[in-house]
Amino acid sequence: MSAFTTLELGKTPLSWPESYGGEQQPRMGFFTDTSVCIGCKACEVACKEWNEVPEDGLHFSGESFDNTGSLSANSWRHVAFIEQPTRVDGAEASGGDLRWLMSSDVCKHCTHAACLDVCPTGALFRTEFGTVVVQQDVCNGCGYCVPACPFGVIGRREVEDLPEVGGEDVLGLGTTHKCTLCYDRLKDGMEPACAQACPTESIQFGPLDELRERAQERVDLLHEQGVAEADLYGESPDDGVGGFGAFFLLLDKPEVYGLPPDPIVPTRRLPEIWGAAFLAGAALAGSVLAAVAGGSQ
Amino acid sequence: MSRGAGDLGAGGSDYQSYYGKPVIKEPVWEPVIPVYFFTGGTAGAVASLGLAARLSGNAALARTATYVDAVAIGVSPALLIADLGRPERFLNMLRMFKATSPMSVGTWIVTFSGLATGVATSLELFGRLPRAKLAAEVAAGALGPFLSTYTAALLADTSVPAWHEARRELPFVFAGSSAASAGAACALIAAPGPARPARRLAIAGAALELAAGSVMQRRLGFLAEPYKRGRGGALATAAKTLTTAGALTMGLRGRERTGAVAAAALLLAGSLAERLAIFRAGLDSARDPRYTVVPQRQRVDQRAATAA
Amino acid sequence: MGSNMAECHPVGFQWVMEAKLRGAKIVHVDPRFTRTSALASSYVPIRAGSDIAFLGGIVNHILENGREFRDYVVNYTNAPVIINEGFKDTEDLDGFFSGWNEEKNRYDNSTWQYAGMRVRGAVQDEETALSGEAVGYGGHGAGLEHGEPPEEDPTLEHPRCVFQLLKRHYSRYTPERVAEICGCSKEQFLEVAEALCDNSGRERTSAFCYAVGWTQHTIGVQIIRTAAIVQLLLGNMGRTGGGIMALRGHTSIQGSTDIPTLFNILPGYIPMAHAHAKQTLAEFVEMNASPTGWWGRLDAYMVSLLKAYFGARATAENDFCFDYLPRIDGDHSTYQAALGMLEGSVKGFFLFGENPAVGSANSRLHRMAMANLEWLVVRDLVEIESASFWHDAPELETGELRTAEIPTEVFLLPAASHVEKNGSFTNTQRLLQWHFKAVEPAGDCRSDLWFVYHLALRIREKLAASDDPRDRPLLDLEWHYPTEGPLEDPSADAVLREISGWDADGRAVSSFAELKPDGSTACGCWIYSGCYAGEVNQSARKRPGQEQSWVAPEWGWAWPSNRRILYNRASADPSGKPWSERKKYVWWDEQQARWVGHDAPDFTADKPPGYVPQTGAKADEAIRGDRPFIMQADGRGWLFVPSGLVDGPFPTHFEPQESPFQNPLYGQQSNPARQQLRHRLSPFNPTAGEPGADAYPYVLTTFRLTEHHTAGGMTRTVPFLAEIQPEMFCEVSPALAAERGLENGGWATIVTARTAIEARVLVTDRLAPLVVQGRPLLQVAVPWHWGTRGLSTGESANDLFGLALDPNVQIQEVRGATCDIRPGRRPRGRALRELVESYPHEQVHAR
Repeated sequence: MSAFTTLELGKTPLSWPESYGGEQQPRMGFFTDTSVCIGCKACEVACKEWNEVPEDGLHFSGESFDNTGSLSANSWRHVAFIEQPTRVDGAEASGGDLRWLMSSDVCKHCTHAACLDVCPTGALFRTEFGTVVVQQDVCNGCGYCVPACPFGVIGRREVEDLPEVGGEDVLGLGTTHKCTLCYDRLKDGMEPACAQACPTESIQFGPLDELRERAQERVDLLHEQGVAEADLYGESPDDGVGGFGAFFLLLDKPEVYGLPPDPIVPTRRLPEIWGAAFLAGAALAGSVLAAVAGGSQ
Repeated sequence: MSRGAGDLGAGGSDYQSYYGKPVIKEPVWEPVIPVYFFTGGTAGAVASLGLAARLSGNAALARTATYVDAVAIGVSPALLIADLGRPERFLNMLRMFKATSPMSVGTWIVTFSGLATGVATSLELFGRLPRAKLAAEVAAGALGPFLSTYTAALLADTSVPAWHEARRELPFVFAGSSAASAGAACALIAAPGPARPARRLAIAGAALELAAGSVMQRRLGFLAEPYKRGRGGALATAAKTLTTAGALTMGLRGRERTGAVAAAALLLAGSLAERLAIFRAGLDSARDPRYTVVPQRQRVDQRAATAA
Repeated sequence: MGSNMAECHPVGFQWVMEAKLRGAKIVHVDPRFTRTSALASSYVPIRAGSDIAFLGGIVNHILENGREFRDYVVNYTNAPVIINEGFKDTEDLDGFFSGWNEEKNRYDNSTWQYAGMRVRGAVQDEETALSGEAVGYGGHGAGLEHGEPPEEDPTLEHPRCVFQLLKRHYSRYTPERVAEICGCSKEQFLEVAEALCDNSGRERTSAFCYAVGWTQHTIGVQIIRTAAIVQLLLGNMGRTGGGIMALRGHTSIQGSTDIPTLFNILPGYIPMAHAHAKQTLAEFVEMNASPTGWWGRLDAYMVSLLKAYFGARATAENDFCFDYLPRIDGDHSTYQAALGMLEGSVKGFFLFGENPAVGSANSRLHRMAMANLEWLVVRDLVEIESASFWHDAPELETGELRTAEIPTEVFLLPAASHVEKNGSFTNTQRLLQWHFKAVEPAGDCRSDLWFVYHLALRIREKLAASDDPRDRPLLDLEWHYPTEGPLEDPSADAVLREISGWDADGRAVSSFAELKPDGSTACGCWIYSGCYAGEVNQSARKRPGQEQSWVAPEWGWAWPSNRRILYNRASADPSGKPWSERKKYVWWDEQQARWVGHDAPDFTADKPPGYVPQTGAKADEAIRGDRPFIMQADGRGWLFVPSGLVDGPFPTHFEPQESPFQNPLYGQQSNPARQQLRHRLSPFNPTAGEPGADAYPYVLTTFRLTEHHTAGGMTRTVPFLAEIQPEMFCEVSPALAAERGLENGGWATIVTARTAIEARVLVTDRLAPLVVQGRPLLQVAVPWHWGTRGLSTGESANDLFGLALDPNVQIQEVRGATCDIRPGRRPRGRALRELVESYPHEQVHAR
């Protein structure tokens, strides 16, 4: 029984990976170990180059070395920089008491992916590798996936965000975009561009269960070394999205990196949501009947 | 700086964020979408009203309702298609039916509703095939309530705090708002006699809208802030005022021509304002990381405390 | 220290991360908390330019606490050697060594020599009237007439032995002094010193990595020297996990000094001949060779080089065409050349892959200089600022230049990139790595090799009928190389083979030991000799690491002779046994009667540990079997440098040319031997103690970013790189921002006596406010990647700096200077000059 489910018109619901029949693959993903990230942004550059993601603005942010800002339709890897004066005994930090957290954020390729659940055209789908990909020739840019994502990953490519680039069709204007886990490269047995470019193996690519094991070892080692604040984020299948396909080792609370502390896929509440809609509809019907039953004149 | 401006009053604790940036992404939809909620919601409620009117022999009201439905649902797809990133691909909405997507479900509801309404309207106009017309009216009327409430499910099924956490109340707000605008539109057009059920529906709808809205804000706690502050707050206040005034006017003066017009205008404006308020509040709640982080951090800390 | 490896060598830094994973401690000492500091085990802030105080403090700590690796120091360094009794230290002369000649502005080093003998530099220094350059690369080997110093004290007690002189020289570099001068805390300093000492010795070694944070100072070479002293005292040289790694600034910049693009050296660091005296080849060799050590074979290297240049035409009768080689008659370094352009004596200029309009100190001066040339040829991948200055230099805005009046004829020729040509890189760790052409260059783009080859062919054609003796050298050049492909690209492989050399039968040699002075061998660069051994392009070997030993000798080829660690004889004790099992690397195998181990032994293969040279032995035969530092005349690591450096045998803390602080240790403020180039376009800021110094209260330093490369031509033109660091900015601490009213994300104007530039402001805690000599010190740090061309444009940091240079190598001091900073954008047009001129210039020549 798969963790993934979806409903499609005209097909008997089959779970992943059985739905892929002979093309089945083990689930692949990322483990991003931010404790060894050097903030070089090779991942951002490799991703943009490989996937022909357009440059989206030359603006100095003043936010440490982060001039990318966040994940979006035009940034599928985003390196966050957080400068933290470390406090010693409550006193103000002095020279040298500093911590600089660096972390490469990416689409989580959730086990229960909100974007995929809400996509009305079927543009978003689950690949044979267990990753979530937008089919650019199907998406009509309804934008529903954008606010559905608990992490704010996926975005729609708007011409206003590309000041230096002309608005041509080839750039995928009007549709939504996000990390594909380099689906095309995986099909050819290669690893994603970001994982290949990362010099310190902060971005590790491989079968998800292997990565989870490795990550546990790494976090245990860090705890032994006295790095108590090291923690895995998104590795547990019991979390609100059923576990991430791309999970992390963080050195502080998720919100410090701009990540939600306790993300829950909205689909989990769908029974409630449909239930309330149904009841409200019934209430509306009831009001109508009552209004008419009172008679005219 | 990673430290966010901790607001000790709202939601409890001091919180952290990444340079105060949003955690989730706000919807890319333009205000045409809440306008569609208004038109589509009206269409749904008015189709039900028309069916009920037809079945109770109130032909005049039924006719009015049909024409209002035609206009409301006629304009709706145009609004929706215009807001697509790739409008020319709107038909891709009909590639599949996905129960986990309120937008998918809703697209089909709109499609069938629209077809039914189209049939009913044409037959009404040309005065032909009454049985076929009735069938179409039944279809539209049965789908009606869900046409009016699925949009609330659509908003609730996102990560937007002001919507998702209001998932139980929002459909009732939408139901009430749709009833109010449907009743108001019919009361505006139909003769006072036949329009009586419409007036009643308008008032009932307004009451439901206000009550559900109030419960919603109470239950949201500090997440209700976007409904109270800024543009969202201003629109919500306007909506409440207009709707209340409209309901009162409808109740006291609805039987007179001028009263009906005034009440209808107020209620229609109020209903539209309410949709815009909810839309705006949602955007604001998405933009401020506080609304995402604080409740989630509380959940995490609580779990940790229980586990300890 | 003096480097930012994670940001500037991110791919190499993965090995530091591997080491960290295995438990290595990483310490980063730097004026800024960088991405390297973020991953280090500990970070220590210091004032830019105070590194000798810090390192000297470590020397002092080692000696005061007896932490030196005694056996190593006694046997492998010149610690026991007794120095000339005329020697006076900076402790005696308040910042000077004995022998300072005030008029000539240089030292006479006769009192620095080993007692009882005359040490001749492998590169003679007193015959030349030129300061610095003649001995610039001459540290490698002084000529000890007898091979072993005549007076030594192995107990290291003699008051004039190097060990005691060293102790005395650094006796005032206490932890308190270090804290006072550098701005770090005593505790931070001691933690580093202790960690180093604890992690050195028989069982463990420590390594230093440095880059231009050390070199780009008027005391740059001496900073590195101090680290060398530390490493020699701790026994870390020539051992695995030890040593000093120079993190070079470009992919092939090591190669650019090996096969030099520098004015004063020939391939393999052979000095250029000077024009001051008519000199035969024999006289040249006599003057520059060392009787002992591997420099003793200079004649073989030189003749082989001349044979490579002139082929059959070079014969013993014509001194192997030695006369054909150009001579230098002065300091022709970059900055002198620029001054020459301004003066009109330099009329033409070739710029290959360099961008002085952005990348050289006082880049403004360089733009003005190039605007005075008659012609300029720029070969690059894009239109760089050094090619575009005539239409977009900031000096056009101020009215100092007018396009219509600039006489320079600029030829911009497109260059092929490294994927469009075959060739080698020689980078950090002396490693030659071959790169293969992947695509043909587009359009008119051509490689530098193609250009030079075909340019010479055309010039030779034009001169073919000439009978002017001046044209003979060009016409007599051996200039036949096979060409390939539709563009007639000369074969880089063939060139490499020539560089490696061949014997009388035309067969590739295996090492420089096979080179002969009789004209039977040819070799383009003796230190590269052997890179084509066995007729195989050794630099093109790419055997994966998993398929060979951990030393990986079959990946690329390191000079000399594919040795991966230099002086690795030092990894074994005097008897030839490894210092420890854990750290064994190269050792003496009694049975085979050879040196064996994990690397090519950096020692004569069959010279036993107990070997003692006979009297009159020459070159490498004059080195004992237990002296690993074979390039030195006495085979020892030099704690004290009697000859080879122009500014002193011991590194000494001096303030930068421009500093807000007076030197607390000596009356002499800055390095007395430093080069100071003054020009109307390049006045200095007044330094501490001079009138007007208060106008420039902040320390100014430069840095690099991962996202951009040097002058930015290759990165600010690429959208994905331009957008991740999109604008020129400066880093200031919150304290400085408060003091000067700067806002994060706003603008600031940085002012020096040269000019003022504007930059966005990044307020950050990473630039720690320090307390130096009891006063708060605030620093301004700027990246120097920006210029007027490209997608991301901005002002050039190098415009701010003056021309104070290290006297040994003429490198510019851009890592420590002073400035003022003001909120807001800079004035435009003439008003800019008015602002700058309203600030004081240095009136008195700084001492």
